[in-house]
Amino acid sequence: MAPLLVVNLLVITGPGLASVFYSFTDWDGLSRPRFVGLANYAEMLRSGAVGSALLHNVLWTLFFLVVPMGMGLVGAFLLSRLRRHQAIFRVLYFVPYVLATVVSAAVWRQILDPDGGIGAALATLGLPFLEDVNFLGNPSLALGSVAFVNTWQWWGFLLVIFLASMQSVDPALYEAVRLDGAGPVREFWHITLPMIRPTLVFLGLMTIIWSFLVFDYVYVLTQGGPAGSTDVLSTVLYREAFQNQRHGYASAVAMLLSAISAATVLGYLALRRRLRWDI
Amino acid sequence: MGTASRRAQPVSWIVLGLLALYALGPLLVFAFNAFKSAREIDSNPLGLPQSFSWGNFAVAWEQAHMGGALLNSLVIAVATATGVALIATMAAYAMTRLDLPGGGAWILWLLVSSSLPIQLFLVPLVSWWSTLGLYNQPIGLIIIYWAVYSPFATLLVRAFLIGMPKEYEEAARLDGAGELGVFARIVLPMIRPAVLTAALVSGLQAYNEFMLAVTFIQDRDFQPVALSLYSFQQGFTTDWSLVSAAGLLMALPVVVLFLTMQRTFIDGYVSRGIAV
Repeated sequence: MAPLLVVNLLVITGPGLASVFYSFTDWDGLSRPRFVGLANYAEMLRSGAVGSALLHNVLWTLFFLVVPMGMGLVGAFLLSRLRRHQAIFRVLYFVPYVLATVVSAAVWRQILDPDGGIGAALATLGLPFLEDVNFLGNPSLALGSVAFVNTWQWWGFLLVIFLASMQSVDPALYEAVRLDGAGPVREFWHITLPMIRPTLVFLGLMTIIWSFLVFDYVYVLTQGGPAGSTDVLSTVLYREAFQNQRHGYASAVAMLLSAISAATVLGYLALRRRLRWDI
Repeated sequence: MGTASRRAQPVSWIVLGLLALYALGPLLVFAFNAFKSAREIDSNPLGLPQSFSWGNFAVAWEQAHMGGALLNSLVIAVATATGVALIATMAAYAMTRLDLPGGGAWILWLLVSSSLPIQLFLVPLVSWWSTLGLYNQPIGLIIIYWAVYSPFATLLVRAFLIGMPKEYEEAARLDGAGELGVFARIVLPMIRPAVLTAALVSGLQAYNEFMLAVTFIQDRDFQPVALSLYSFQQGFTTDWSLVSAAGLLMALPVVVLFLTMQRTFIDGYVSRGIAV
């Protein structure tokens, strides 16, 4: 137990608790922190940057609850009905997930490049409708483009977990609805979805938590730009801490992030108790 | 259930095929571009290269400092995997086989630590690490990875140990084996799959990780490959043929390792999605 305890206290628990303290101080990371009470929190509540970052996180959450989850669910359902070649598809879909953020960012930055990417390629085929579209440089497209790139890497993970969950559903249940003449769509809605609900709810919960913490893709692809259009809470925190040297204020943003995660988990536990779910 | 399940319809095959194209198509484009010149990418962005020449790889290897960076990443990934496996196995053994004071509180603590956002402790950790002389040191980054990846690994190994009957260990003890002998000769061989999964998953995560690496490593000589590929693709005049070559060099070891051990990998990630 001792090694786990030591590294955990040194890296996670210790600095985590220190963060709580620093969020009430004015601190540049070097000199002595000065106690300022709730001033950081008051500034955060008034800050337009934090407000718009929070909105981007909410949009990001909705996107990830719908698009990658939907793709993972449909893909896993179709795959679970195959009698052979399941394993090979599963491996193919999972490959992007093992790649690093910096690799998939490099893959998609050239495909989304306004001069030499998908737009130019379609134009040479006589389909110029995406020509000169600057996916990552246009403020109204950038957030969606970053989410799209992250989805490409992420959805295969969801599919593999949904598939594992679907494979444990009792086949006799499908038999029963088939005798009633149900097609695949009704099987999906009436058997698959209710039977994998624990997995679905858990991954939904995780999606919400991760969506509020997203950092890598935004930082690598756009650094929060152009004009703050892809800023999320984590990039605001990062900039305040390590570019503006405002560690106290950044700690307050960290408290907001942690509070959102904690509230999501507690809300889930309350809901579970209320509805008497068994997971 | 073979006879009972329906034959898949053509629509299913089409959708599954399109999804496979979506997963792999961009990677193929990336691989093709690694063999083109910058000018060829301009005229033919997504198609096959005219010829397969390996020159880009040599240039990218030099310019992106791939040799040193890959070596740094290898050291970091192996040290992370070994350390996490050791820490998690010891902790899981203590939790299931020794009488720890506190009982269930340890599990709660592990669950909380494995779900705390890195952002919560990132800012103070930077100044702690500077004070301790661990900032901008590979070992400093490795210690952080140990701490961040070991709570989940411990839960994984613990779940495996709980399902294992204690009779074997008791029999060995009756035969006069010491505590260490029981652990090394009886317990370890039986929990090897879980330990291997935990090691592989944390090693891969350390190899791919970005946020902690970019925060804690400044010196180019210590940079893992994720950081050198990151700085190589920033800037206004990016040569995509070289970035593609460097990216392939970074991705290749991971993809090969994944394809050879895909069952272990996928099972590890599935348990990450369900068990916790």
